[in-house]
Formats: sequence, C-alpha cells, structure tokens
Amino acid sequence: MWFPSIRMISWMNILVCVKQVPDMEGRFVPNTDESWHEESGLAWRMNDHDTFAVEQALLLREQLKGGATVTVLSIGAARVVETIRKSLAMGCVHGVHIEDPMACERDPWQIASMIAGFARQRKFDLVFTGMQSEDRCSAQVGVLVAERLGYVCVTGIIAFAWQDAAITVERELEGGRRCTVRLKVPALLTCQPGLNTPRYPTLPFIMKSKRAVIEVLLPESVGLDEPKVSSRGFRAAERKAPVVVLEGESKRLAVEVVSLLEQRGVVTGRGGVR
Amino acid sequence: MKLLLVGEYRDAGLAAEVAGLFGFARLLDAEVSMVLVGREADLPAFEGRLWLADVDTYGEYAPDRHKSLVLEAARREAPDAVVLLHSSYGWDLAPRVAAALNAALVSGVTGLDDGGYVVECCNGKMRRTVRPLTEPVVLTLQPGAFGQDALNGSPEIRYLEADGETSIECLGFSRPETGIDLSHAVAIVSAGRGIGSKEHLGLVRALADALGAEVGASRPVVDAGWLERARQVGMSGQNVSPGLYVACGISGSIQHLAGMKGSGFVLAINTDSQAPIGNVADVLVVADLVDFLPLLTAQLASRC
Ligand SMILES: Cc1cc2nc3c(=O)[nH]c(=O)nc-3n(C[C@H](O)[C@H](O)[C@H](O)COP(=O)(O)OP(=O)(O)OC[C@H]3O[C@@H](n4cnc5c(N)ncnc54)[C@H](O)[C@@H]3O)c2cc1C
Repeated sequence: MWFPSIRMISWMNILVCVKQVPDMEGRFVPNTDESWHEESGLAWRMNDHDTFAVEQALLLREQLKGGATVTVLSIGAARVVETIRKSLAMGCVHGVHIEDPMACERDPWQIASMIAGFARQRKFDLVFTGMQSEDRCSAQVGVLVAERLGYVCVTGIIAFAWQDAAITVERELEGGRRCTVRLKVPALLTCQPGLNTPRYPTLPFIMKSKRAVIEVLLPESVGLDEPKVSSRGFRAAERKAPVVVLEGESKRLAVEVVSLLEQRGVVTGRGGVR
Repeated sequence: MKLLLVGEYRDAGLAAEVAGLFGFARLLDAEVSMVLVGREADLPAFEGRLWLADVDTYGEYAPDRHKSLVLEAARREAPDAVVLLHSSYGWDLAPRVAAALNAALVSGVTGLDDGGYVVECCNGKMRRTVRPLTEPVVLTLQPGAFGQDALNGSPEIRYLEADGETSIECLGFSRPETGIDLSHAVAIVSAGRGIGSKEHLGLVRALADALGAEVGASRPVVDAGWLERARQVGMSGQNVSPGLYVACGISGSIQHLAGMKGSGFVLAINTDSQAPIGNVADVLVVADLVDFLPLLTAQLASRC
C-alpha cells in the first residue's frame, strides 16, 4: 500500500543546530591579531538559545510518538563534541560534527554555507536553531541557512504547536507583544529563551550518549564559502559612566554603599527613596 | 555614500527608533532614500525619495513580501548600504535581503570606527570592529545608538509594488496582560539569573521593601517562572526610568539595558567585575548577592 503524503506527517526528519560558546562570566582576552579572543581559561557550554531548540525538537518527536529523527549538528573545534554529547544526553539521536578549528573566526555567511550544504544533502523537514549566539550576537545564521535552502523561516519564536501538518508559532516583538503565524514544512525556526523548559539529561541517555558514534565531516565536504566580513579590534566595552567599583568585605561594603546613596541624595536620611 | 534606509511600521505607527536611521545617515553625511511598508498618514519627515507600500496590503509581518519590496527599492536606488534597525523586524528581514543581494551583513551596529562598524559581542561585555569585504553592505543598527533627533522635510513618495506571495500566514498580534506598571516606579530592585534560585528572591524583596521599591526582573528570572512576566524589564518587557535602579545578579545585556538605561542612579551587585552592567552603573559592588543583600538591607533599616 502506498500513501502519497504520509511521509511528512508520520515521519519527520528534524535538524537542530547547536553552538558551543564560552561562559559569559569568563575573562575574555583578545587574541594576537585581535580578531577574536584567546580560548584558554574559559569554560565552555551550549549556547543558551540552542538549548530551547533542542528541547523543542524533542517535544515534537514525543508528540509524533517517536515518528521523527532528531539530528544535532555542531561546527567547531574538537571541544564541541562535548556539546553534541550533551544534546544526545537530552535525547537527540544522531550527532554530526563539522570539524573546523577555525569556526570561531568564521563569519555568519560562512557558518550558514556549511550548515546549508550539510542540510541540503539530508533533506530535513524542519530545522531548529537558536535565535542568536551569546558570543557573536548576530542573529544571522538561521535565516541565512533558510534562505539558502529556500525554507520558510520565522525568527525568535516563543511558542510552537504542530497540528495537521501545519506549524503555528508565536514570534516575540518589542515590549512583549507577540505575533502568531502559521506555516508549513520545510521550515527553519530560530528559538528564543522562554519557548519551553529545556530538560536535564537523564541517566539512560547519558550512558547512550557516551557510547554514541558521532559522524565527523570536514568543511570542504559540505561547502565552505569565502568570508563576507572581517573582524578586528576585539576589546572590552568602554565604560561610559565613571563607575565606582567597590570590592572587599561585605559588611563594610554595605556601610559604604548606604553612605554613598545618602551622599548622592538617592535615599533620604531615613526611610525610602527620595 | 548612498543609503537605502528601511523604515519600520510597528503596532499601528511609525516606530520612533526610525529616527536613529537618519541619525546614522547624518553621521556619514550620506544621501538617503527610504523604503517603508506603512501608511501615507504616518510618514517620517526627511528630504529624499520614499518608496512606500501599504501595510494593509503587505502586512506588518510578512518578511518574504517585505524582502521583495526592499529588493525592488534597492534595484532602483543602487545604494552603497541598505540600513535597518536591529529590531525584531530588522534582524528577521536583514539576512533575507543580504542573502538575495549576496551581500555582507553587519548586525547590531553601535558605532563607527576606523573604516568599520562597531558591534557588541559576548552578551555586551566586549566589542569588535567589523569590516565588510563586499559591496553593497546590509547593516542593522542598535536602536537608540544613533540619536533620536526630530526630523524635518517632506519625502517624495513613490509607490512600490511587489509579488504578493507569502508562505507565512500572519494570524494576528497579541499583548500578554501586564497589570503591573513599573514605568512610574521611583525605585526598582531587579533580580537577575545571578540570584541562582527562587529561594533567594526573598533577599531581593526584603531590599525592595527597605527602599520602598518595586521588584523587577531580567528575562531569565521570568522565563524560569520565578517572577511574573509583567515584571520583566527590557526590550521585550517594560521600559522603566526610576530614580534608583538596583540590579542584583544581572549581567547587563543590551536587551536588558534597553529597558532601564533611563534610570537615575544605578547600583549593580555582581560577582563579575567585568560584567557589562558596569558600563551603565554608577556603583558596581563586586560581591556575592547572597551575602551582600541581607547586609545592605540591614544597614538601610538601621538608619531610621
Ligand atoms: C530578542 C531578545 C529580547 C530580549 N529581551 C530581554 C528583556 O526584555 N529583558 C532582559 O532582561 N533580557 C532580555 N533578553 C535576554 C538578554 O539577552 C540576556 O540573556 C538576559 O538579560 C540575561 O539576564 P541576566 O543578566 O539575569 O543573566 P546572565 O546574563 O546569566 O547574568 C547573570 C549575572 O549574575 C552574576 N552572578 C552570578 N552569580 C552571582 C552571585 N551569587 N552574586 C552576584 N552576582 C552573580 C553573573 O556574574 C552575571 O553577570 C532578550 C534577548 C533577546 C535575544
């Protein structure tokens, strides 16, 4: 028996793109040509927005009663395997690593060229990415991938529903306003924190993820474009106001802060704020 | 230099931040034209060509249609740069335009520097200068970064049409209930992810009580369900301008700053002395808030 349109509805091929980023509380030191930062001394983890992308893919697979494959892709140096395994420990099935030690120096156009090159070969129905990365903050890659693939794309989603082969999402706008839109696969959605509650890895999946074979590809095999921009002058943000930085023993700090607030007339002699 | 500005019509009106696009053009001493999906009754004041399409026909959010319109205006104007706001409209539309033009895209520009564009990175902690390697270039500007001066002049309107096809069906707009208005609060004590757990909210509340302040929050605290959404300060929350703003365990991302930079005195408490909240704070206390907040609250209480 042959059911013409059943493939898309009963079996979904889902891709989630995740990026490994440094913990933002680390100390960032410019590299020698100031194009980006040194890597030493930083702790690495999954980009916050991407955890919501992973969760949404897993929720959809559950809704489809397992009728979906969730592939997770990350581009970067050997260290990003850690982040791929984290996604597998959350429940993704296949892990793919485009091994590119130069990835952190690549611009969004180049990253998008690799993701799209890979995705084109695998014919995904639905792609989830984070809305932006915490380190580059460009919010470009997802949309550029979608444009290359000719997929429908909506950015910054904070609600997702799948019903009767149609997707309804809410997009977040300024001031908490929302826009509800409907679209069909093939599609790419960029995820915003608040979309769902990313799960913690569970023991069986953690065990599985440790043994999982991760597919390794090279940038050239998926297609890597030339850069469109160059980056330099990586530096700390200028402090606009002459900020008073207070450090030391907490009790003494509390006394200092209160007298400062009084001096500047922010709080009155007794009681609350002026 | 010739710029094609992409105007923005939001929630039944021209977005106020559009002024920043003209501020940027003035800084570059550039010739401008604008493309706008909006209404003839509500147009920006400037001297130049305005490529206008009606929002009732083309929708407020229909990025594939808007892309066609921007591309059509770009074809007629042949600009050196297409400039949008780094807003929910702009960051969604800009990569579509850049992909079609095969152009470099620089997102979230906050300044000019040495032949390049300054952008923020590492959640606002660091900066870098990005230089396009191709022409034309597409830019998105951080709202508010290039002034909000009043404009003058009257544009020469040219009506624009494009392919009406869209594969994104907009079902409507909504606004979650707020109920809490922080915009008139004289003092706000805000909790950030640095509070670590919901239990520590009590420390923030106690300080707020001692100051007679409202409690606010950064987004992760709201997303985690620790506080009502209506208390969120920032780009996707409320805009506040109290006389005193206390940021407890808030890093100071650009989206949070967007909502509180009009505050009078800013006191930040953070374990990271490099946190970008220090760029707008008057006083940055480098301390663990779990130790420090109760001591500060006690010290305030002891003054009576
Ligand atoms: C489109 C868009 C819209 C957004 N809108 C908003 C918005 O409206 N409002 C908003 O707030 N965010 C918004 N965000 C999110 C924003 O980018 C940041 O992710 C968010 O503001 C970070 O919140 P935070 O500072 O509380 O957390 P983090 O960035 O995680 O910072 C936590 C801080 O706490 C400090 N800390 C940790 N432990 C302690 C301790 N024990 N004592 C003292 N300090 C400690 C750390 O050093 C760090 O600086 C938006 C993002 C996007 C992309």
